[in-house]
Amino acid sequence: MKILVTAKRVEDPESKIKVKADGSGIVQEGLKYKINPFDEIAVEEGLRLAAKHGGEVVVVSIGPKEVQEQLRHALAMGATKAVWVNHGGALDPMSAAGLLKAVLEREKPDLAILGKQSIDDDQNQTGQYLAEWLGWSQATFASKVESLESDAEKAKTPAIHIAADGKSAQVVREVDNGLTTLSVKLPAIVTSDLRLNLPRYASLPGIMKAKNKPIEELTPAALGVDASPQIQVVKLSAPPPRKAGVKVGDVQELFTKLKNEAKVI
Amino acid sequence: MSIVLIVAESQPDGHLRKATLHAIAAGKELAQKTGAPLHLAVLAENPSALAEQLKPYGAVVIHTVASPAFAHYVAESYAPAVAALASSIGADFVGAAATAQGRDLLPRVAARLKAAMASDVLAFSGSGTDVTFTRPMWAGSVIADVKLKTSVKALTIRATEFSAAEPGGGPAEVKAFPAPADVASSPTQFVSFNEVKSARPELTEASIVVSGGRGTKGDFKEIEALADELGAAVGASRAVCDAGWVPNDYQVGQTGKVVAPKLYIAAGISGAIQHLAGMKGSKVIVAINKDPEAPIFQVADYGIVADLFKVLPELRAAIHASKSS
Ligand SMILES: Cc1cc2nc3c(=O)[nH]c(=O)nc-3n(C[C@H](O)[C@H](O)[C@H](O)COP(=O)(O)OP(=O)(O)OC[C@H]3O[C@@H](n4cnc5c(N)ncnc54)[C@H](O)[C@@H]3O)c2cc1C
Ligand SMILES: Nc1ncnc2c1ncn2[C@@H]1O[C@H](COP(=O)(O)O)[C@@H](O)[C@H]1O
Repeated sequence: MKILVTAKRVEDPESKIKVKADGSGIVQEGLKYKINPFDEIAVEEGLRLAAKHGGEVVVVSIGPKEVQEQLRHALAMGATKAVWVNHGGALDPMSAAGLLKAVLEREKPDLAILGKQSIDDDQNQTGQYLAEWLGWSQATFASKVESLESDAEKAKTPAIHIAADGKSAQVVREVDNGLTTLSVKLPAIVTSDLRLNLPRYASLPGIMKAKNKPIEELTPAALGVDASPQIQVVKLSAPPPRKAGVKVGDVQELFTKLKNEAKVI
Repeated sequence: MSIVLIVAESQPDGHLRKATLHAIAAGKELAQKTGAPLHLAVLAENPSALAEQLKPYGAVVIHTVASPAFAHYVAESYAPAVAALASSIGADFVGAAATAQGRDLLPRVAARLKAAMASDVLAFSGSGTDVTFTRPMWAGSVIADVKLKTSVKALTIRATEFSAAEPGGGPAEVKAFPAPADVASSPTQFVSFNEVKSARPELTEASIVVSGGRGTKGDFKEIEALADELGAAVGASRAVCDAGWVPNDYQVGQTGKVVAPKLYIAAGISGAIQHLAGMKGSKVIVAINKDPEAPIFQVADYGIVADLFKVLPELRAAIHASKSS
C-alpha cells in the first residue's frame, strides 16, 4: 500500500506570535519552526498503516529550502521518501491543493493523509479542495474511538481500517456532538484531528537513516501548476486585549463579585 | 445580480442547528454591505419543515433541495447540490456556520466553484463586491484582514461573533431546486453516528460554561456539580479530552469549540493560547488555578489562586444558599 502524507513547516505552537508594527506580517526573530502538529499525526498514521499492511510512506512539503528540515523529520520518523515542491512565494489552500493534486497524480497513492488544519493560517481547507479536485472521497477530522491512553494506542494500532479487499476504508471522525464513521472509497483523502494518535519521536538510528533517504525536488513549473494565491492578506493586527482583571482572596469574595459586580450568577 | 447564499444546517435529529441563525445574521450583514439579497439553502431528505421554520428570518428566497441521499450528511453528496444551486442562481458569496459540517462542506463547495475561501469569519468591511473578511490566524494570536480574488467567494462564519438572527420581515419565498444526479453517486458512505448525549445545555449555546483541565486529574464530579447548580454546560481543555476523561466534544479551543458565554469558569486549566482561542470572547472569565503564574490569569476578570477541589464545592454551596434565601 502506498500512503502519501504531508509535512508543512509552521511556527512552533509554543511560540508567542507577534504582529509587526506595520501589520505586514509577523515578527520572525526568535521563532522556532516545526512540522505542523496535525501533519505529524498524519505521518504517524501513515507509518502505522504501512507497518500493518506493508508498503511505503511518501512525505510531501511545499515551501522554500527550509522545509527540507520537516521532510527530514518525517523521514527520521520512518517515511520512505520525500517530495519537496520548491516554492518561495505566498501559498493559500487553493494553491497548496493545486500543487498537491499534481504530486498525487504522479505518485498515485492508495491513500493521502493531510492535517486537518495548518496552525499558522488556521484555514482547514486544503484536504477538502484536494479531494474535490481529484474526485476522491474525503474523511476530514479523523480520530478514533479509543483514547490516547488506551492499549490500542500503546500498541500503535492504526485508527483507519482498510477493508480486506483494499478498496475502501472506515474512518471515525470528530464532529459536533459525537463521533461519526464513514466508509470511503480508496484512493481517498483523510485529514487528521488531534486524537488520531500520539506521534512517535524520531529515534537516533532513524535520524541517521533519514540522512541517506531521497528527497526529490520539484517546482510548480515542473508540475505545470500556477500556484499564485487567490487570497490577498491586506493587513494583520493583534487581537483586542482583554482588560486586566483582579485576583480575589477567597471564595466568598469571588461569589460576591460574580453576583453583585459582574451580575452573572 | 449578486446573491449571498447561506447553507442551513440541521442536526442529526432533523432540528435546525442554532449556529445557522448566527450565520444568517452574518449573511444579512454581508447582504447589506454588498447590496445583494440573502438566499438560504436547505438540503434534506424532506426539507419543507426546516424551510418553513426559516421563513421569517429575513431571507428573500429559501431554496429547498430534497434527496434520499441527504438522509445523512456527507460532503460528497451535499457539495454538488450546493455548488449547482449557487451557480444556477449566480451567488457571489456562499457561506455557512463554522461548525464541523460547515468546515467539512464549504471548502468542497468552494473547490467546485473555483472560489477562494475565508474560514471562521469574524467580521466584514467594504462594500459592493469589494469585501474584506476579518478572520483569526495562529490560534487567534493574529487577526487578519483578507480579500478573496476569485469572483465567487466562500466563507464559514464564527457563530459567537454574530448574534442569532431574529424573526421579522416578510416571509421568504420557498423554491424547490432539483437535486443534481451526482448527489446520489457519492464515493463515501455514512456508516454510523455515535452521539454524546447530555442533559446539560449545548456547549456553544450555554450562557454559562464550567470547564476543567488537567488540574482535575480526571475527576470531573465537582465541575459537573457546579455546572448543574448553575444550569451550565461542561467544557474541557485538550489535555482532558486526549486522556479520554471526558468526551472529545467537550474540547474548547483552537481546534475544538469556540464559546462566548456570559460566564466562563476555567478550573485547573493553564491557559495555553490554543485554549484561549476558544473562550477569550466570553463576557466574564473566572480562573481557578493553584499556580499564580498560570497564563489563564492574564485573561481572567476574576482569578483565585487555590485548589479547585476546595473552591468548586464552596462556590457551589454559596450559590445554592443564595438561591434558597
Ligand atoms: C495544534 C494544537 C492544537 C491545540 N488545540 C487545543 C484546543 O483546542 N484546546 C485546548 O484546550 N488545548 C489545545 N491544545 C493544547 C494546549 O496547547 C495545552 O496543552 C492544553 O490546553 C493544556 O491543558 P490544561 O490547561 O488542562 O493542562 P496543563 O497545561 O497541564 O495545566 C493544568 C493546570 O492545572 C493547574 N492545577 C493543577 N492541579 C490543580 C488543582 N488541584 N487546583 C487548581 N489548579 C490546579 C496547574 O497549575 C496548571 O496550570 C492544542 C495544542 C496544539 C499543539
Ligand atoms: N505548504 C504545504 N506543504 C505541505 N502540506 C500543506 C501545505 N499547506 C497545506 N498543507 C496541508 O494541508 C493541511 C491543511 O492546511 P490549511 O488548509 O492551510 O489549514 C495541512 O495540515 C497540510 O497537511
